[in-house]
Amino acid sequence: MTPAFAVFLLIGTIAVASSILVIAMRNPVHSALFLLLTFLCVAVLFVMKGAEFVGAVQVLVYAGGIMVLFLFVVMLINVRHLPDEKVLSNFWKGGFAVGLGVFILFASVVRPGVYHDERPNKARLTQVSERIWTESRKTPAKYVYRRVNRTNANSEAVGMALYRDYLVPFEVASLFLLVAMIGAIVIGKRELSAVEEETAQQFILDRVEVEKEVKEAMSA
Amino acid sequence: MLEAAPSTEAYLMLSGSLFAIGLIGVVIRRNMITVLMAIELMLNAVNINLVAFSHRLASLEGQVFTIFVITVAAGEAAVGLAIIIQLYRLKSTINVDEARTLNG
Repeated sequence: MTPAFAVFLLIGTIAVASSILVIAMRNPVHSALFLLLTFLCVAVLFVMKGAEFVGAVQVLVYAGGIMVLFLFVVMLINVRHLPDEKVLSNFWKGGFAVGLGVFILFASVVRPGVYHDERPNKARLTQVSERIWTESRKTPAKYVYRRVNRTNANSEAVGMALYRDYLVPFEVASLFLLVAMIGAIVIGKRELSAVEEETAQQFILDRVEVEKEVKEAMSA
Repeated sequence: MLEAAPSTEAYLMLSGSLFAIGLIGVVIRRNMITVLMAIELMLNAVNINLVAFSHRLASLEGQVFTIFVITVAAGEAAVGLAIIIQLYRLKSTINVDEARTLNG
């Protein structure tokens, strides 16, 4: 067993165990913390496959952004679970059957040596070739274009692919995020009741008055 | 690290088990927040697949696609959590079995 495979076994076991705990925990906060552990393990697995940039994005976006969002919502809605309340839904037997069926389907497709391919050049994942405008080696006063190759540059390679070959999908993704943000705001907005609707203007005017008085008191 | 990485098959088995666990979680849990977490788990399993094949085929497309999947997951989490908050305001519960007004 190579050291890399030992690390893979350790991290994979932690990932599977914590993901089982995500769906087994009664308290959503505990589920969220185990989900965080799963995301970090998956980030390690990405780095082991040479995808350093995707691993970093995984930690930043999932562990940093999405988990905070989940924890905020858990805090906002303040769910209390009664001890005798059912955790499982009414179709839990069918759920287990479907999950096991899907896993058996995947496992029967994945056998060692199924994916025969010629060994491609792995350097393409981390190598960037670029023309730079620099001084000529022969005559120092003269500036020429020179092609340079940089290795160990996975982030740069991903950036080149993202901003050059996939520029339009990237912009569409940014538009998608804008639409998702507007949608989340519109859906999550609280409708004012009729009484609040009537008193809202007066309430804002009162607040302005109070702030004005406070400001005067501070300056005096 | 690049040459010594574990085989693609090992990664596919791991991602298959994570996907199956996420699928089971989506179906069997009644708490809507946990259901959303299980969906995130399934998306992550897909990402593992994409990165493993990106390494195997030595093409960056898999990693670029993974970034787009992460984008979609972020938007989906935001909208899903907004729906959960609205459901809680409406029904004072986040049990998915209670949200069945569309049941006909």
